[in-house]
Amino acid sequence: MEYGPAPESDAAVRAWLSKHGARFGHFVNGAFVPPHDGAHFDVHDPGTGRILAQVAQGTVTDVNNAIDAARSAQPKWGALSGHARARHLYALARTVQRHARLLAVAESLDNGKSIRETRDLDIPLVVRHFYHHAGWAQLFDSEFAGYAPLGVVGQIIPWNFPLLMLAWKVAPALAAGNTVVLKPAEFTPLSALMFAELVRDAGLPPGVFNLVTGDGTTGAAIVEHPGVDKIAFTGSTEVGRHIRKATAGTGKSLSLELGGKSPFIVFADADLDSVVEGVVDAIWFNQGQVCCAGSRLLVQEGIADALTQKLKVRMERLRVGAPLDKAVDMGAIVAPVQLDRIRELVAQGVAEGASCWQPTWAEPAEGWFYPPTLFTNVEPAATIAQVEIFGPVLVTHTFRTPDEAVQLANNTSYGLAASVWSDDINLALDIAPRIKCGVVWVNSTNLFDASAGFGGYRESGFGREGGREGMWEYVKPVRAELPKASAGKKAAAAASKNGSSAKAANNEALSDFSGASIDRTPKLYIGGKQARPDSGYSIAVHAANGALLGDVGEGNRKDIRNAVEAAHAAAGWAKKPGHARAQVLYYIAENLSARAQEFAQRIASQSGGTKADGVREVEATISRLFTYAAWADKHDGAVHDVPMRAVSLAMHEPIGVVGVVCPPAPSLLGFVSLIAPLIATGNTVVAVPSENAPLAVTDVYSVLDTSDVPGGVVNIVTGRADSLAEALASHDNVDALWYVGSHTGAVSVERASIGNLKRTWTEWTPRDWFDPRIGEGREFLRRSVQVKNIWIPYGA
Amino acid sequence: MSSASRPLSATPSRPVALHATETDQRPRIPAFDEHPVRNPGTVLDLDIVAATHVNRSAVERRAATLPARRTVKKEWQAAWLLRAITCMDLTTLAGDDTAGNVLRLCAKARRPVRDDIMEALGVADLKLTVGAVCVYHAHVATAVKALSGSAIPVAAVSTGFPAGLSPLPQRIAEIRASVEAGAREIDVVITRGHVLRGEWTALYDEVRAFREACGDAHLKTILGVGELATLTNIARASQVAMMAGSDVIKTSTGKEPTNATLPVGLVMVRQIRDYLDRTGHVVGFKPAGGIRTAKQSLDWLILVKEELGDRWLRPDLFRFGASGLLTDIERQLEHFVTGRYSAAHRHPMV
Repeated sequence: MEYGPAPESDAAVRAWLSKHGARFGHFVNGAFVPPHDGAHFDVHDPGTGRILAQVAQGTVTDVNNAIDAARSAQPKWGALSGHARARHLYALARTVQRHARLLAVAESLDNGKSIRETRDLDIPLVVRHFYHHAGWAQLFDSEFAGYAPLGVVGQIIPWNFPLLMLAWKVAPALAAGNTVVLKPAEFTPLSALMFAELVRDAGLPPGVFNLVTGDGTTGAAIVEHPGVDKIAFTGSTEVGRHIRKATAGTGKSLSLELGGKSPFIVFADADLDSVVEGVVDAIWFNQGQVCCAGSRLLVQEGIADALTQKLKVRMERLRVGAPLDKAVDMGAIVAPVQLDRIRELVAQGVAEGASCWQPTWAEPAEGWFYPPTLFTNVEPAATIAQVEIFGPVLVTHTFRTPDEAVQLANNTSYGLAASVWSDDINLALDIAPRIKCGVVWVNSTNLFDASAGFGGYRESGFGREGGREGMWEYVKPVRAELPKASAGKKAAAAASKNGSSAKAANNEALSDFSGASIDRTPKLYIGGKQARPDSGYSIAVHAANGALLGDVGEGNRKDIRNAVEAAHAAAGWAKKPGHARAQVLYYIAENLSARAQEFAQRIASQSGGTKADGVREVEATISRLFTYAAWADKHDGAVHDVPMRAVSLAMHEPIGVVGVVCPPAPSLLGFVSLIAPLIATGNTVVAVPSENAPLAVTDVYSVLDTSDVPGGVVNIVTGRADSLAEALASHDNVDALWYVGSHTGAVSVERASIGNLKRTWTEWTPRDWFDPRIGEGREFLRRSVQVKNIWIPYGA
Repeated sequence: MSSASRPLSATPSRPVALHATETDQRPRIPAFDEHPVRNPGTVLDLDIVAATHVNRSAVERRAATLPARRTVKKEWQAAWLLRAITCMDLTTLAGDDTAGNVLRLCAKARRPVRDDIMEALGVADLKLTVGAVCVYHAHVATAVKALSGSAIPVAAVSTGFPAGLSPLPQRIAEIRASVEAGAREIDVVITRGHVLRGEWTALYDEVRAFREACGDAHLKTILGVGELATLTNIARASQVAMMAGSDVIKTSTGKEPTNATLPVGLVMVRQIRDYLDRTGHVVGFKPAGGIRTAKQSLDWLILVKEELGDRWLRPDLFRFGASGLLTDIERQLEHFVTGRYSAAHRHPMV
């Protein structure tokens, strides 16, 4: 009782290829154009290794032309009503749906993945994505009021889900009113070219979607082009780092969806037969070439042997073969270079002492195939346990307790996805939020939907794709259109000219207390205590009129290290309910208010403003604290409507330890404007106050001490702002960094952030901190959290 | 033909090939021509029952993707459909059954497919028949007589089918009477209330008693899955029915609101596999009710092949309970032979 061959015909795709002479140009401004220098390269069918077609190698000129086209199309496209864009996206959804099988066959042929997957998963998800985002386009004007498209978006996508990744990038970008220049992976450009043709036929205005094919140099040309407002990249962590570095300080928005080594956690009470199928879908889906593949199987010790045995039985029945055969489980590996990498890593795993098991049957000799592979007896230190293999290779570890499972799961630089298998809802829902990753599937794996955001923690990148959370990646607040709150701006401008243009009139304010105070020597504030700076040096702080106001400690790299340790030790802050965090924020406001006069004078003496200016800043600061106290129990997540019997909980989780480099002025309000949203949402912070005017912030130490702020939640290191910023940026245990300062500082912060790919938010253009529409609110809260989607299928 | 038809190669080309033989630790499965030893049952192991649980969503996902992961085409499909016929319990269980339609059923059981189609397929020599004929006790004698000289067994539904709520002594007497009348297989129904109330000992004792009453006749235990509420209940009832000595576990009477579905089938065959791994005893499987199309029969064969293995694709370990299925299979076979879509009236009625 054998299955026999069940080939899907590739005739229609072959006919399409011949129609184009098996040779393609770029798609720019609504038409296919030959490459500038005429160079092409081959793309192959991984199932046979034979050449399928030749595509253009994009040059800088090609990229320039595409970006020019996108640039000239953008104003009109962005100015269309949401409804008008919705009609276009709806048309794209319908068009893809009409040509679903053609696209599915092309994708299978070009990538080597099985026709079952392209037919049942890739293409239907593409269609769903365009429908979902047609909806966001329709709702854009109401749901994203006050926001505008970014402009021209450069998008670089990988080869593992070619058309699906295109849809994930293109649909939200277009829905929000951006125009796009997309580069598909060099191994798999065909479905994107086919899509370009469909786009043209569907009547999308020329220049809205542009396609340049090519290799990494083409991608680099897009990344480096000054006319691009955002780069959206999915691919390897290594390339993601390059892009972060290349875009540092350019002001380009960036979203990165990078690699993973995702844990697949099995507790003893799981339905083991279902677990086995889950593993099949986790690591043998798309030959394991999945960024969120469950590649680390963590099994509770008592059931490890039973599960391994079941897995081996199942692996014997997997079928690897021609991608277009409708009855195979696994197709071909995308390219020889990838196949070699898998082989090398497996060989290394064996050399390092792990036990390797493969089924007894053999994969086809022609084409680029690799069998499903299971490693047992793997130490966490082994290479195969740490690096992303991106192939059908599963490594297993055992754990004893739920806590140990969490530790093992989080023992990685990545943080993309996880699966948790247990039939005990108490256990599953305890574990899911504790795993540092963007998606958790309970009793399931590799579920995707346009309504639920997808994206990583840590070195798996930042940004989300899908759902409302994904739309935020393609918009910016429209600040220019808001009427300016002029008084605040004046004060800020005066403050930023600190020391250089002091006015005698302002000095009157100082006479109230100068000379009457006892010497205060603020140290650093670390772990809820004042600590002397490691350097032993102090920096003089001068008043606006040049008079010496006092000294603050000169913090250095080691002080930053200590502050980061303290901030991590205070991680319990995240577990406090929003209500409790609100109470602390209100208490800070209350205690600040009790000393309002003193702070007002301090501010005035530092900035050279009037006492009234100082009072105004203190009042604004108190109001800001109230705002985030108000938000602390309200910035909650969502339950996404995914198309299956499941809930997907989009939880807002704190990012962790966040470095904050405060604006030079206003010193107190700027400090609170940045730390309050962060601590309201459960982060702990290491803040560097205004370099010239730190005293209002060092005065806050005793306010924090008396306001029930747990030690380590807010840490303050005074000193040279830009060098402390650099220390924070290059610290791999700082999860995010907000920097307000100079452009040079922003560049070096973003460059230095690539070590752990921390989320950076840099700003060097002035912002009116006194205006609540600009200085507080959701924009800050969104930056304070990352969304974790927990999928929970249910059913009695 | 496209490259998709390339067969799997026989020559491994691997950098590392450490093929352990751990899979051989599994219990020995009878050879294809070897008659499986009957399941003697075990003691009732309540720990196993308690530890048995099923995640419904995950099972449904597997069941939904299984028919999309495998398919059989052309001559392979024709061969599979012929095999489906040999695994069929051709069934009539209606209140208006008479000797007349039972005799017609038996004749069809002997010659399930038109001779010209069998000849065109080149399999006329196989003398293919269905797996069994399944009737109420009242028609056992008629069927036995009509099938004499063939190897086709008669199966009787029994024990107060379909509700199974008549007094236990009467249910046992009914089994004995059917065996006496020549039935070689007895399809019994369990007391669903035992499962819903978790009365596993009562269920075990009941099925044990049925098994004893069967003697040499094979015991096919109908769980009545449409009335068991959850997949976990179905899994536990399967385990207890096997511990009590069932030769075959069967999904449904065909009279419940829902009958044989792939998720239910998946759960039951996994219990059969688990029981085999644990005890070494081989148990058969019979989905019944709602299987009407050739495509559905292929899905079931695929499910059994994938989860239990090829040995179960034989009438001694796998049956379909069906009445209308045969006609659809005949139409598909004729289509394979002629290339033209067929009509039901072109095939002798059941």
